[in-house]
Amino acid sequence: MTWPETLRTGWAAVRGHTLRSLLTVLGILIGIAAVILTVGLGLGTQQDVSRQISALGSNLLIVTPGSATDAEGVRGGFGTGATLTRSDAEALASDVSAPDVGAVAAEKELSLAVEADDTNWTTTVVGTTASWLDVRSRTVASGEFLTDEDDATGATVAVLGATTATELFGTTAVVGRQVTIADTAFTVVGVLGTAGASTDADLDDLVVIPLTTASDTVSGGLDRTSVSTIYVQAASADQLAAAYQEADQLLLNLHGITDADGADFSIDSQDSLLSTATSVYRTLTVLLTGIAALSLLVGGIGVMNIMLVSVTERTREIGLRKALGAPPWAIRRQFLVEAAVLGLAGGVLGAALGILAAAVLPSLLGTSVVVSGAAVGGSVAVALAIGLVFGVYPATRAARLAPIDALRSE
Amino acid sequence: MAETVVHPVARAAGAGGPVIELAGARKTYRTGSIEFEALRGVDLAIGAGEYVAVMGPSGSGKSTLMNVVGCLDVLTAGTYRLAGEDVGELDEVELADVRNRRLGFVFQQFHLLPSLSAWRNVELPLVYGRVPAAERRERAVAALERVGLGAKLDNRPGELSGGQQQRVAVARALVGEPALILADEPTGNLDSRSTDDVLALFDELHAQGRTIVLITHELEVAEHARRIVFVRDGRIQSDEVSPR
Repeated sequence: MTWPETLRTGWAAVRGHTLRSLLTVLGILIGIAAVILTVGLGLGTQQDVSRQISALGSNLLIVTPGSATDAEGVRGGFGTGATLTRSDAEALASDVSAPDVGAVAAEKELSLAVEADDTNWTTTVVGTTASWLDVRSRTVASGEFLTDEDDATGATVAVLGATTATELFGTTAVVGRQVTIADTAFTVVGVLGTAGASTDADLDDLVVIPLTTASDTVSGGLDRTSVSTIYVQAASADQLAAAYQEADQLLLNLHGITDADGADFSIDSQDSLLSTATSVYRTLTVLLTGIAALSLLVGGIGVMNIMLVSVTERTREIGLRKALGAPPWAIRRQFLVEAAVLGLAGGVLGAALGILAAAVLPSLLGTSVVVSGAAVGGSVAVALAIGLVFGVYPATRAARLAPIDALRSE
Repeated sequence: MAETVVHPVARAAGAGGPVIELAGARKTYRTGSIEFEALRGVDLAIGAGEYVAVMGPSGSGKSTLMNVVGCLDVLTAGTYRLAGEDVGELDEVELADVRNRRLGFVFQQFHLLPSLSAWRNVELPLVYGRVPAAERRERAVAALERVGLGAKLDNRPGELSGGQQQRVAVARALVGEPALILADEPTGNLDSRSTDDVLALFDELHAQGRTIVLITHELEVAEHARRIVFVRDGRIQSDEVSPR
């Protein structure tokens, strides 16, 4: 029996019992749809996270204050101390002590109310230097960014994010207007280009002012010399590892720490942030994949069950085919193909359901689902393989039937 | 008609080598500890172009004989040569091939596949004989025309009368040009008109030189054959040329 014949017979047998075949492949269908969605959610989340992280800038190391140890020797958690200072950032920017570091931007982040005319808006006030624009990969939509001169003189100038400008003035054409932060009047010199919203923060809702001004005029107090974050940009992607080493050594020396475990700061790369963020989703993915695998197993057993029923129902047909000269392998192949057609049908329907759900889910859940061709192709292949594997036993039983017994059965 | 009993082997030899040659054929079935001897030493030779009816009461062994002759079952002892080939030496796959090339079956229950059209049913032996698709269709159509069903090619068995279904089955038995057509109670499920119809078809096939072995328990049916072999208790009781 040739392949086209076998395929035609297999397809006819499946189509002859449409409802039964559909119910049989339901398990496989659900399993495959789940696999495609799981992979799609994982990829989508990863894409979202990496988009957020790359929005920070490129080739970045992010230095944050570490745990502080107080006078009684009690060590606080990470982020409790105010251990990073502006001079740390300046040392990192030095070409001599850190040759692989390209640019450095220290950030002092404050959450403050900003007033304009009659409007009041609480937002993030970032004190930083001129290098911030490049290091954070941002652009200026109108006006100018802060200059080194502004920082040196502690000028009361501000650059607004688009959202902040709109909230305060109802427009982004605000260069030359006045805003008041902590009772100090600032002149708006520029508006940032939009960077888009990430899920946890609006990157366009901020006010950027010179670091000196932020420390001396706005913040004040004991905290004035500290900075919240130092962004260190490696000179190139290849120099990222070297820049990390240099930054680590330099800060340990500056802080007089000999034991690396006692570091009062931490340095993250975008990769390490990415892997932390995705590890949570990976756990979820493993769980969902387990459920999908279970569903596929149940689906496979369903296929085997219905194939055994089919062999029993068609005992006379098998006997006749054998009497007409079908060798055992032809009978085995016929039933294997039938099981494979069932598996494949489940796979294709499941893939269709998965793709459909991937199109609908993002608008319901607010997460992206990326349908990958590899996941679709792979899972359809798996469905086909399940049909084949679970078809082996029924097909072998059919092939072993003795023709006379089979012919005589009622 | 002066002809009486003729020794079968002598007769077959006269027709240029027997199609069927059974010697000392024994078949024992074992169910647990109980043994049942269905065939107790059968010698039988059927030559090319013969039309032979095998008769006998239920339990006489005629069904077993039919299964053995049809290569659906193998002997416990003795030899069976089909068209000169010793079938006892063959494995399952080779037996399937022998059934495909040498034999055409007609069954009491027709055994047509209900989901296939008439010509698709008829082409089945050719499918397993690896005949190309175009030739299969051509030969299946010719066989159906031969049995007078040229107008029912695309009808499914359910749309045909019992007599028509059996004629489709005969077409299926013919299509592979087998050495032997083996019919097991072919009229057992048919009314008298259809019975006459199918038997007339066998007569025609015989007239064209086909070798036919027909198993029946009805004398009127057996009388269409030129030679009647009577089986009883696993042995051949009589073997004579029909007086017709």
